[in-house]
Amino acid sequence: MIRWLFAIIGGVLLGGVVHLVSVLVLPRVATLDAYSRLAPLTKLNAVTPLPAAGPGSAPMPYMDPAFASAVCRYDLSKGPLKLKVPVSQAYTSVSFYTRNDTAYYAINDRSAGRRVIELDLMTSDQHADLPEEEDVTAADRLIIDSPTATGLIVLKALAAEPGLMRQAEASLAAATCGIQPAQAAAR
Amino acid sequence: MRLIFLILVTLMIATAVGLGATWMTATRGVNVGTITIGAWTARPKTGTSDIDPYSRASVARSGELPVGTGDGVTFSAAKDDSGKLLNGQCDVAVKGVTPAARFWTLTIYDNKGQLVANSLQRYGFTSQEIVRGSDGSFEVRITSRARAGNWLPTGGLDRYMLVLRLYDTPVGVATRTQKDAPMPAITTVSCP
Repeated sequence: MIRWLFAIIGGVLLGGVVHLVSVLVLPRVATLDAYSRLAPLTKLNAVTPLPAAGPGSAPMPYMDPAFASAVCRYDLSKGPLKLKVPVSQAYTSVSFYTRNDTAYYAINDRSAGRRVIELDLMTSDQHADLPEEEDVTAADRLIIDSPTATGLIVLKALAAEPGLMRQAEASLAAATCGIQPAQAAAR
Repeated sequence: MRLIFLILVTLMIATAVGLGATWMTATRGVNVGTITIGAWTARPKTGTSDIDPYSRASVARSGELPVGTGDGVTFSAAKDDSGKLLNGQCDVAVKGVTPAARFWTLTIYDNKGQLVANSLQRYGFTSQEIVRGSDGSFEVRITSRARAGNWLPTGGLDRYMLVLRLYDTPVGVATRTQKDAPMPAITTVSCP
């Protein structure tokens, strides 16, 4: 009898360990996470507009149907990335996600304070390799460190009324993202 | 022989308990850093690098991308103010004012996070298109049959959830009470 008690208590304790390990491992092994869903739909290091969210046709769950969105899926292994997003009439935001779908940075048109949101995205190693004088002018050049070499940048423009969706999509269509040419990076 | 059997039983219990608990927490979420105001809950930390492991697992499982903190905050509700599950057959009213934000959107989703199909292609409201009373408050009616005013169709779904997203807002990790963030009340007015 006592043996069975030991087996049950041991099982529950071990179950706690299994639980903690599986919670930590789950984000790494998930096959239907946002990055995996978007990978076949999007080009690497280029802006791809996402189809408008509709019932059953949304690429991801819990998308906000009031927004036009586009994705730049990036891989920084070949160099830093430059991103330019013109601001739309209502509200524009740019959110950065790691390969494991963690939002590590987000900025909106007002906090950017300009007509065009302009950002440089690089890994912390690439940031450390920047020449000294580059950092002096860093104040007017927004540099963001990506915790992972790959990830997602999601661009969103609000269509405050359904009729404004075209305009929001058009403003995102003018957005660009791409690997900086080696020359520009060295300059 | 008996020892092997006991060890097998122990391992089976461990697997069932461990994976069961993980499945439960990944589907339902765990209240780490949760703000609850009325029927609404938000986890502002899911939009930062400080996201807790449970929310991280739940995000990976559902396949959504959480709204980043510099962008906005997501509040969701699956029950009304009296704790009753939202039912698509019933007449539900969302009434009141929202916290300070440049824009907000109110959207209706089914339990899987998909939009609810309807012939009007009306899936939610933005702060700009909603019709307000003279005091600035609004009332949205969520029913399966058409209504005058702000009407959100449920398509007769059994269960649904409401998501209120505030964009460019001071509401966040430091928000605690209704005073900081006045959320609209959700009431089930009548059920057939």
